[in-house]
This record gives sequence, structure tokens and C-alpha cells, in this order.
Amino acid sequence: MNGYVSSIQSLGAVDGPGVRCVIFMQGCVLRCKCCHNPETWEFGKGEEYTPERLMEKIRRYVSYFGSEGGVTVSGGEPLCQSGFVTELFKICKQEGINTCLDTSGCLMNDSVRELLDVTDIVLLDYKMTNEQDYYSFSGMHKSAAEEFLKELQKRSKRVWLREVIVPSINDNVESVAKLLRKQKEYPCVEKTELLPFHKACITKYDELGIEFPLKDVPEATKENVAELFARAEKLL
Amino acid sequence: MDFQQWSGFVDGDWKTCVNVRNFIQTNYKAYSGDDSFLEGATERTKGLMSKLNELLKQEREKGGVLDIDTTTVSSLCNYKPGYLDKENELIVGLQTDAPLKRGVNPFGGIRMARDACAAYGYKLSDKIEEYFTYRTTHNDGVFRAYTPEMKAARHCALLTGLPDAYGRGRIIGDYRRVALYGIDYLIRCKQEDKLRIGEGLMDTESIRLTEELFEQISFLNKLKEMAGMYGFDISEPAKNAQEAMQWTYFAYLATNKEQNGAAMSLGRVSTFFDIYIERDMKNGILDEKGAQELFDQFVIKLRMARHLRTPEYNELFGGDPMWITESVGGMSENNKTLVTKSSFRMLNTLYTLGSAPEPNLTVLWSKRLPDGFKRFCAKVSCDTDSIQYENDDLMRPRFGDDYAIACCVSAMKIGKQMQFFGARANLAKLLLLAINGGVDNVFGTRVGPQMEPMQDEYLDYTKVMERFKLYREWLCRLYVNTMNVIHYMHDKYAYEKTQMGLHDTSVERLMAFGVAGLSVITDSLSAIKYARVKPIRNEDGIIVDFETTGDFPKYGNDDDRVDEIAQNLIHDFHTELKKTPAYRNASHTLSVLTITSNVVYGKKTGATPDGRKKGEPFAPGANPMHNRETNGALASLNSVSKLSYSAAMDGISNTFSITPGSLGKTDDERISNLVDIIDGYFLNAAHHININVMNRETLMKAYENPEEYPNLTIRVSGYAVNFCKLSREQQREVIMRTFHEAM
Repeated sequence: MNGYVSSIQSLGAVDGPGVRCVIFMQGCVLRCKCCHNPETWEFGKGEEYTPERLMEKIRRYVSYFGSEGGVTVSGGEPLCQSGFVTELFKICKQEGINTCLDTSGCLMNDSVRELLDVTDIVLLDYKMTNEQDYYSFSGMHKSAAEEFLKELQKRSKRVWLREVIVPSINDNVESVAKLLRKQKEYPCVEKTELLPFHKACITKYDELGIEFPLKDVPEATKENVAELFARAEKLL
Repeated sequence: MDFQQWSGFVDGDWKTCVNVRNFIQTNYKAYSGDDSFLEGATERTKGLMSKLNELLKQEREKGGVLDIDTTTVSSLCNYKPGYLDKENELIVGLQTDAPLKRGVNPFGGIRMARDACAAYGYKLSDKIEEYFTYRTTHNDGVFRAYTPEMKAARHCALLTGLPDAYGRGRIIGDYRRVALYGIDYLIRCKQEDKLRIGEGLMDTESIRLTEELFEQISFLNKLKEMAGMYGFDISEPAKNAQEAMQWTYFAYLATNKEQNGAAMSLGRVSTFFDIYIERDMKNGILDEKGAQELFDQFVIKLRMARHLRTPEYNELFGGDPMWITESVGGMSENNKTLVTKSSFRMLNTLYTLGSAPEPNLTVLWSKRLPDGFKRFCAKVSCDTDSIQYENDDLMRPRFGDDYAIACCVSAMKIGKQMQFFGARANLAKLLLLAINGGVDNVFGTRVGPQMEPMQDEYLDYTKVMERFKLYREWLCRLYVNTMNVIHYMHDKYAYEKTQMGLHDTSVERLMAFGVAGLSVITDSLSAIKYARVKPIRNEDGIIVDFETTGDFPKYGNDDDRVDEIAQNLIHDFHTELKKTPAYRNASHTLSVLTITSNVVYGKKTGATPDGRKKGEPFAPGANPMHNRETNGALASLNSVSKLSYSAAMDGISNTFSITPGSLGKTDDERISNLVDIIDGYFLNAAHHININVMNRETLMKAYENPEEYPNLTIRVSGYAVNFCKLSREQQREVIMRTFHEAM
């Protein structure tokens, strides 16, 4: 089975533990307002790869992975090409390479379950903490992410919960505290990361002729987010 | 032989002949822990440092040179002793009679000394001018022997930065020998060598060597006299750590007084000093604070070293560098690490004294270095951007475990090998010269085989390569011959007496050639091969520009189609150089290193088929051209790591800048990830990497408000500089470079 890849970033040091090669899959069913990879949305684009040909690229970076690093498959939404990613991860596992899936958790079916069998770590992008905002922000129901997390808990996967903090949309301390409580509720969650919203992607939107929905929203800083995290922790 | 100063040391071969390596191997204590034992600066160090900082400020305000002694020719005993703060100095000795005051050293060339004085508002004294009308300098000698063709290649900057008007440098004396044996024993050994040579056939080589030995002995005596002027008797070995550092420093200082060499590297002293420190600690006369204080004071002295150079020289080697390279770490041949607590102490000076470009701290990295040391190095890189890394696992099999780095990336066995430094040939310009049939399209110089410029409407890869080979053959022969002239004359008129006195008498010689513009010629050939390149001609039919249509693979993306072109260029250039014998049977080596000359090389080179416009800077060293790397940092590192060290044993320099945010989210993550990146890069048999962990914005702010960033240090090539000491043009080029960033 072939896969469609939007791009490959040879060094990813902020998407999962250690030094990682990050594969951005092409195609996504969501349209999150803060998405910084609009070029990965459309299906039927991207470069076509067999799992083996993509593996050849990944193998070039194995020497850098150390004891923690490995491959992260992101997107787009990798679950939309779960069959391909499963085959890729199977080869990774045979070669002792750590596998990490960066996903919204929008889908759950047998193919996705098979993919989880060969996934070491899941970065679950948890968009919002209330149902209504979740849907209007991303086009996906919160319940799907919740189902996904339950499946991960059942399998005791290593999970990192991540939320992009967008000023005036979800930068309130109660909402963050709610997210942090997930970590208690689901012991599989190893850590929760708050990612500051930034607008470096705006040039990509311009190139694609798409309006960036959050163009007038200010960026969040590392410091804002750290402070929010600390305040939310106190509410627990 | 035995000295009471050696009591407490373990016996070995080192007691029967000069063998510092054996002394280290039989006596050093490896350390595999972390940095938690380190101490900060003492009040005494802080006081000294604030005095120095004040002088550095004055030096900056005066345009880069604090003062010049224009009436004395620099040599070992020509200045009265100088001090920074006599009562508080644990290690003493200055190049002239006052801190940061520069001496003049016209032996490389009188014009350079004269122009350098003038550039800073001074006038070289008539006395010195007159004296040198009766004396031949190295520069005079070279120009007597240069052929018209050599001059032409030099004029159009095909061969540039040649050490024909300044001291060649890049020779590392084994300064440790003075501390371990005392000067008298070293002199005795040289006298014996001289007698022995006299018993054999006196031919050209042995007569020359005999005269050189005479000079070596004379200067070792002067070194002893110089130390005496400071109140020290160095005829016998050093008896404790402070003396070991002082004796070693005197030897290094003497060298700086004698020679204004381009790179005046220190060698590998940290673990050697550690043996003395451990002994002093065992004897209860030194504690950790005291040990760090000695290192700090030793390093303060190194940071005060200065040479007088012209603004043109600074174009090639920006930022007033000395390349006081100290190699730290590495492994022993028996797989035990050479890291000691003093390896940490040396790096710790970047915290105790603040970050600075000198000494040029170079970590010899091995996969098997202790984890605590690896992590400390990565932390220092993240915090200071002041250190570079070179692959010990690649060099140790070729140079053993007592080698050091001269200048940026040039390895040599300490006291056993020396090198003839040879600047570099501009490969991008050579390609243009070949396409134009022997006319340089910037200077109009006719040089090399003469033929018609290529007539094709679109350049054909096979035809271009055929021509290029022909011109390469011609240039390599010319390059070796030119170097032979330069080094014959340097030996004759500006021989390094002190440094060679601290080498074995029978020394192995390396002749270090270099290339510049590797990424430009590589991408240009890739464009010719994979895209369509249409030459644009001027009214005389000379090709002056190119129209390139279509995409082509670019070096720096881990794409074998183009990376192979770079690999072959290096391999073939080295093979071609070896066909012409080098002076004094030197072995031909090659570097891919530009210092900061990538800017001036670019300025003198016409437009290239890769899309680079006329006059635009090259990428430095072996770096991919900035911002052509589209697959991320590791892909870029992989491309560079494919260049074979065995074809470029004088070093392959790569300067790598990454933003802190894309290296990890916390300090701890950044340290771990940086360790993994360096491990991976060197596992791929890469040779060298400079690491900057910084944001471009910091540099832009420093560019706008230099006075607010006087100590901003950045690795630019095989060395570090104060960003503010670079020319505006060099600063702009550094800002333009790729900063690897992942969102």
C-alpha cells in the first residue's frame, strides 16, 4: 500500500522524545482554525511513497536517534492513511526504531487499532476542553478524541496530551486545569504540553490563497503558556 | 634521569627520553563524572578580569588596537617584563611591556608591519624601517621566486590568502615539554641531535637541519633568559601545578613574541596539567577553588594574546583571531577516556571568565566519551556558542592519542608533525575560468591553458567536466609549486625557531592545501547536469552570467545525486595535488575551510550557474549554501558527512546554527538532543562541527546596536569571534546563514 507524504523534516526535536525524523502525511479531514500546516489538508496531493522507500529515507537518520528518539508521523492526519503508516511502523519496529504518532484521534477502527499495535508513543492533540468549542474550532467531536484516549488507556500506551493555546479562545486557566485533570483520569498520559499559538504559518496560507482564520489573534508566548500551566496546576 | 620535581609520578619511558605522551598515559586519572564538582571564580580572578575588561573596552573604543610599540622588533627578550596586576597574577608574562600593547614583527614582510601601524594611526619607527632595508623578509624572498603565472593566479584571486606576506603559523610547539623536563634537558637533546647529524653525510638537507638546530638551541636559551627576566628559573622541571602552567605558558609566550603566525595554537594541555593538579591536591597544597583559579589565570593570559595585522588581513580572517586552539577530551588508544576533571575546568573558564572566542576550545568527541562530559559540553554550547567539536574516532586511528588541532581543523601529532599552511584555491572561480577558456571574468586576467570560451547554447555536463579536469590539472600543479616557493622562503627567512625547538628533530611534514566555494561549484555542476544552464556572454564573448531553468538537486539535502559531485570534487582535487612533489617531502593534505574569507572570495567571483549572483558570498567551509537546505538540519549534516576525511585530512569544516526552540523545550532536552545530534553526525564519519544555539534576532540586534553586545561570541568557521569585531559585510553574511528551525 502506498502513502502520500507532504514533507519530511529530518530534525524534529519538539515532537516526541529525543531527536526525531518527522514525516508529514498528506490529507486531513479536520480544519482546525490554528492549523499551521494548511498545505497538508487536501487529499490526492503529496509525494507517493512505498513504505520501503520511505524507510530508506528514515534509515539515513538512525544514527542521530540516540536512546530516546525515532520517527514521528504527523500530518495532515496520519490516521487517514493508517494502513500505510502501520506498514511503515512495522518495519521500524523490526529495526528497533521508536515510533510516535502525532494525531487528533479523530478515527477509531480495526485498521487504527492495528496501527496502535506498532506505535510506541501517541501525541494526542486535544483541541479544546468543551464539546461545543471543540467542534466549531476543528470540525471534529470531542467525543472522538475521548474514545481514542480510552483505547490508548486500555492498551497502556505512552501518551502526551497537547493543546495549542490560542489567546482569547482557550487561554483560560479553568480550561487548562480541565486538561491537566485528564492526566489523573488517564494514567497512560505521561505529560501534558501546552503549545503557544504562533502565526509563522501565515505565509503558507497566503501562498495557498486561503484566509487564515486567526490572522487577527495575537500570538501566545512561551512565558504566557508556562504561567498558565503553573496557575492551572494550582487549581488541581 | 631523575629530578626531585618528579617525585610522586609513575615511572615510564618518559624518564629516558622526551615523551610527553608516555608521561600522560602513565600518570593521568580519567574522570567519568559530571560537572557538579566545579567551582566559580575567586575574588582575585574577578578583580583581574575586571581590569582586563576595562582594557578590552578601551581597545574597542580605539578601533581595535589599544597601543603599538613601533620602535622595538618583537622577540623573546626585547621587552621589559609586563603585567596586568603584578600582585594578583598567578601566571605572568606579556608579549610586550604592557597589556594588550602590540609588538611589530616584520620578519614575514615589512610592508605588512608598516601598513598595520598606519591603519591604526601609528608610524613604524625609522630605526626598524632602516634595519629591514638590510634584511630579506619572507615576503621579499617569495616574490623573488614567484613566476608570472603564480602572480597572475594570485592576482585574480584563484589562489588567495597565501601565507606569502605574513607568518604561516599553524605550527604547534610541544609547550608541555618545558614544564615536564625543564629547558636545560631539551637543549641538551638538541645539541646531541646536532652532533649526530654532523657525523653523517652533510648534504643540502642535513646542512639546513644543522643550521636550524643551531637556531632552535639559540632560541631555547632565549626562552630561558626571558623567563629569567620575569624572575623564574625554568632550567629544571616544574615542581607543582602553578609552575607547570607557568613554564608551559612561557614557552607559548616566547613563540608569540617570535612569530606573528596566522594561527598560534596551544595544543592539548588540560589533561597534562591535571596530573600536576592531582598531585598537588594529594599533597594538600591545592583545592578545587585553587585549581580553577589556576586555569582561569592561565586562560586570562591566553585571552590577552595579540598580533598586529592589517585590515586586508582581517577581510580574510575576521575578528582579530589568534587561533589559540586547545584540544580537550578524546580517548586513549587503549579505549580509556582522556577526559579528566581539568577538561571540565578548561571549559568552565567560559563561565568563570565569561564567554569569549579565545582560546579556541575544541572538544575531541568520541562516541565513547563519558556521558557526564558530553552533557557538559552540550550545555556549554547552548549557553556560550563558544566551542567546536572534532571527531576523535576519525582522527585517533591516523594521529594517535596525543595529537592536537592547529587553527580550526588541522590535526597533527604534537611535537612530531608540523604543517606548511597553504590557504586555498577558489573552486567556483576555477570552473568559470575553465568555461571561459583561461580568462578570469572579473579581473580580465589571462591565466592557465588558453582556448575559446565554451560556445554551446546550453552547457553540457560532460563537456564542462572535460574542460574542468584540464584546468584542475593545471591549477593543482601550479598550487603545489607556489606552496613550495612560499615554504622554502619561510623556512629560510622566518623559520619558527622556538616552536621547532619544541618538536622532535626529525619531524614529519604535512602540506595543507585548501579549497573554497565547494557548495557553489557543487550546486553549479548539479544545475548543469540536471537543469538547463544557458550562458550569457558579454560583447567580447566572455561568459559573465547564466540563465538556469528547471530544478536541480542541491547540496545539503542528503541527496546522493548532488552530494556525490561534492565528494568527487574533493577526492579528485586531492589526487591531482599529489602528482606534484611537495617541498621537504611533505605529505599533501587538503582542507575544506574558509575562515571568514568566504565573503571576500565571493566578492571576487562572477555569477555562477547555481543562481548565485556576481559578488555574493560563498557559504563557509563545507557548508551547504545558505537556505538551500529544505529537508531540515539532519539532512544538511548528512550531506556534509559524506565528504571523505581521507581525501581531506586537513579538515572539513561545518558551521551549524540552530534556534534554541527547535532543539528542545527545556534545557535538559536541548542538552540531550544536542548530544544525540553530535553523536549521530560523528557516527556518520563527519569530521568537524561548530555549534551555535541562537536566534537570528539576537544577531540582528547586535548588528544594530553593537555597543550593547560587546561579548556576544559566535562560531563562524573553525573558530569563534566576538560578533562585533567582524566587518559589517561579514556580519551580514553570518546573519544570512541558515538557522535551522523546526516549527
